[in-house]
Amino acid sequence: MSDNDSQNDPNTPKGRKPTLPPGMGTPAAKKPTLPPGMGTPAAKKPTLPPGMDKPAAKKPSLPPGAPSGDGASGLTRADFASDQDVRWCPGCGDYAILATVQRLMPELGVPRENVVFISGIGCSSRFPYYMNTYGMHSIHGRAPTVATGLKASRPDLDVWMITGDGDSLSIGGNHIIHIMRRNVDLQIIMFNNQIYGLTKGQYSPTSEVGKVTKSTPFGSIDHPFNPIALVLGADAAFAARTMDRDPKHMKDILKRAHDFKGTGFVEVYQNCNIFNDGAFFDFTEKATKSDRAVFFEHGKPLVYAGGTKGLRLDGFNLKSIDLDEGSWGTDDCLVYDETSLELATILARVYWHDELPQPFGVFYREERPTYDAQVNEQVQSVIEARGKGSLADLLAEGDTWVVQ
Amino acid sequence: MRSKTVETLPEATVLFAGDSGDGMQLTGTQFTLATAHAMNDLATLPDFPAEIRAPVGTTYGVSGFQLHFGSVDIRTPGDEVDLLVAMNPAALVVNLDRVKPGGTVLVNSNSFEKKDLNLANLDSNPLEDGSLDKYRVIQVELTRLTRETLKDTDLNQKQIDRSKNMFALGLALWLYSRPIEPAQRWLESKFGRKPEIRDANLELLKKGFHFGETTEQFVTRYEVSPATLPPGRYRAVQGVQALAMGIVAAANKSGLPITYGSYPITPASDLLHALSRYKNHGIMTIQAEDEIAAIGMAIGASFGGALGITGTSGPGVALKSEAMGLAHITELPLVIVNVQRGGPSTGLPTKTEQSDLMQALFGRNGDAPMPVIAASTPGDCFEVAYEACRIAVKYMTPVVLLSDGYLANGSEPWLIPDPDDLRDFDVSFATETNAEVDGQEVFHGYIRDEGTLARPWAKPGTPGLEHRIGGLEKADGTGNVSYDAANHEKMTRLRAEKVERVQQDMKPLEVFGDESADLLIIGWGSTRGAIEAGVTRALNAGHKAAAVHLRWVHPLPPDLGEVLSRFDSFLVPELNNGQLVRILRDRFLLPFEAMNKIQGRPFGPSEIAKKIAEMVG
Ligand code: SF4
Repeated sequence: MSDNDSQNDPNTPKGRKPTLPPGMGTPAAKKPTLPPGMGTPAAKKPTLPPGMDKPAAKKPSLPPGAPSGDGASGLTRADFASDQDVRWCPGCGDYAILATVQRLMPELGVPRENVVFISGIGCSSRFPYYMNTYGMHSIHGRAPTVATGLKASRPDLDVWMITGDGDSLSIGGNHIIHIMRRNVDLQIIMFNNQIYGLTKGQYSPTSEVGKVTKSTPFGSIDHPFNPIALVLGADAAFAARTMDRDPKHMKDILKRAHDFKGTGFVEVYQNCNIFNDGAFFDFTEKATKSDRAVFFEHGKPLVYAGGTKGLRLDGFNLKSIDLDEGSWGTDDCLVYDETSLELATILARVYWHDELPQPFGVFYREERPTYDAQVNEQVQSVIEARGKGSLADLLAEGDTWVVQ
Repeated sequence: MRSKTVETLPEATVLFAGDSGDGMQLTGTQFTLATAHAMNDLATLPDFPAEIRAPVGTTYGVSGFQLHFGSVDIRTPGDEVDLLVAMNPAALVVNLDRVKPGGTVLVNSNSFEKKDLNLANLDSNPLEDGSLDKYRVIQVELTRLTRETLKDTDLNQKQIDRSKNMFALGLALWLYSRPIEPAQRWLESKFGRKPEIRDANLELLKKGFHFGETTEQFVTRYEVSPATLPPGRYRAVQGVQALAMGIVAAANKSGLPITYGSYPITPASDLLHALSRYKNHGIMTIQAEDEIAAIGMAIGASFGGALGITGTSGPGVALKSEAMGLAHITELPLVIVNVQRGGPSTGLPTKTEQSDLMQALFGRNGDAPMPVIAASTPGDCFEVAYEACRIAVKYMTPVVLLSDGYLANGSEPWLIPDPDDLRDFDVSFATETNAEVDGQEVFHGYIRDEGTLARPWAKPGTPGLEHRIGGLEKADGTGNVSYDAANHEKMTRLRAEKVERVQQDMKPLEVFGDESADLLIIGWGSTRGAIEAGVTRALNAGHKAAAVHLRWVHPLPPDLGEVLSRFDSFLVPELNNGQLVRILRDRFLLPFEAMNKIQGRPFGPSEIAKKIAEMVG
């Protein structure tokens, strides 16, 4: 057994049963109310802060006769690759995420100069260096703060945040919950490999109990976080999960996160083949994927195993049903509603469950005003009410007197 | 009614003290306003308890407001108090040692009952046991007179008793011949919608004023003539207001939007409060989830082409230090305001101190120098804030601005500046590629300006200038990640050299006092008033001394060495355990003598004058 084989340990607990939060309200009660004088949530148009120049809207011009590319922006995947050598370990799941993002970019139609990637620290956080966009590799756990400050002051930019399980759930835990509640309009891609890679293999806040690592030679005793449940608890407006080994699903989910006005949180199961190889193989590999993973969609019944199995709501619990055997049909399966916080909460708690497949898809989506729009609307409304401030008037405010 | 004699004083110091709930800050502020209207020079020092509402009548709940005013140059809130207004025994005990022998103590005699004395831990009544023999004591039945005045109103007992500070204010205004109108106008606008409270307060104010006229207890009334200040329009300004306006001025003159990220902390929260009102002046404020988030947001804003500012006190700076390093290595403009308070750890949150200098200079991992600028008076906070912003942008560097609790809460008359007189604040963003690689036009983020060594500021949204920055060491020029040994040394030196070049923007040092003296006092920050007033006193007493004050503590002014060479002995007064003195000793190898006070209170001029006398007398 190698140093990092613990995921094969049969004694490893597999997460816990979904529980229902007490006093769960109706979806109607969740509607956000706007502070008085605040614009309507429908006003999604990014507003510029006062004094800020209009961003240069023009696209980079292409040389005449250049191929028009495959994207709406006229750019290709190659236009988004920087000139830096990618330095992740060969075979790392990070490569698939980078490739998917670079492939997605041209389709989004956002001028390249308006795209910014902000990251924290860890293997995943080297990501911005490999994107030929604006970017900042910040400090451990703090990417949400940098991204919030950037997006609040420059709502015209398309901001992406790259983070890992240690970066966002451990050292940056405070920031991740606050960016969720604020609903800053940006995308977060959280690479979850359930290990610390860059520091060479310590257990992470998502590692399973009992994990043997360099820092836990006798097994980890920390109860792991369930990232989707965590962000839902912090009032995430958009929460989704995908995996490195299904680039098509990943691309779809990332696109949906991008289309969403607000914080699009996407957890990506990412294989760290050096320190935690195979952590998600149950869900990602051909032999077991169909039985152990369920890919769910809004408005569709929860079916898996090639349509031979489904998930049925029994009280507040999900039960697996056999659709071939005759007593149950697709009609009995839960039809997913991604706008239901109750369903999201139930589904998010299906986590490393022995009898149920791990869910992948958009757990929750709630349209509500974004922080960046609101903070700028408030500035605008003050300017409208009081006029643009005069420095000379401000300096001479209040009681003054003249000395001759 | 006997007519009173009128005595003219050059200066006076008044201290209002009472329970947190007695409205002493308000009383002090209104007395200040009247004093400003009387055209005196002045300086104030509020003194808050750390608790918001400490138990009534206890010594740790005492709140004070000290005001020094005069027809002469006023540089500090005063060493020794001429008039102490004490609303209860606790306020008396806590502040008595500040009253000068022979000074006046005015007490609310209705609050010296047995229970009041117990609350103040007094075994006997100071009004009776002779402990006030050194002072002139005036007993006024403030509570009874207040109740008497308001007996026909519909106000309840609590509301009535809470208004007694207005009686005291009226009396104090009379005693020093201050105009009563500013306070009347203030009450009218403040309680315009609560006519009963307004009328009650106006009535008490007037009663207090007339009481001075009628009571036999006062035989003398004082007058303080207008000061000779430079001509122009003035207002009273608190350091925190001036700092906020300096930031607004920076936004105005540079055209840069400003993003202020902050987490509430005493005594810096008032800066967040002030700036959050200035949204129509191009200031966006974000109350962050913690200190680290506050600076991270400011850094994000600066990356986007706004000017990021974060404000806090020492404990907050400790939390921000890693992010300050990020701003240093990414070479983004950023201002970190530290309104210092007593430390270490939580320390003395409401008291002033200068003990975060070393933290500002060195409190980061790695070699990460940044310019450090310190305000010297409440009004100076304006200029210093403007200058910190200007330097941050011009040199693409984080700048630390040091203020302190005394400056933030203290106030002084302020000659209102003309925005046109401010130094130019030009900003230029990169718009073009600046290098060529394999025949391709590219943008390199770390090609420097020859004069300032600043790197270009290219904001996202600018086509063709896409680039990445971050906390890993950067290759000189390209800005790519580099682990090269020689490059790291070169970059470390370049960043330090860039900060040194801020010297180019410094004005020549001014020597205060007698330039032919042997002794030079070197100060920084809020001690300026006390040092220069102390030097003036020493000179008047025939002791020769001079002083120089540092606005920039890092880098040190280019002409400091030359100034020092003209003197033989050196004194470095600081409200800490010796910080600047160590920097100076390291730099100049001269016999710098430390003078330290670590009591959460500013120096008084007499302390400085006494020390000068010891050294040269
Ligand atoms: S350590 Fe793991 S996560 Fe990091 S680059 Fe290598 S394989 Fe990828």
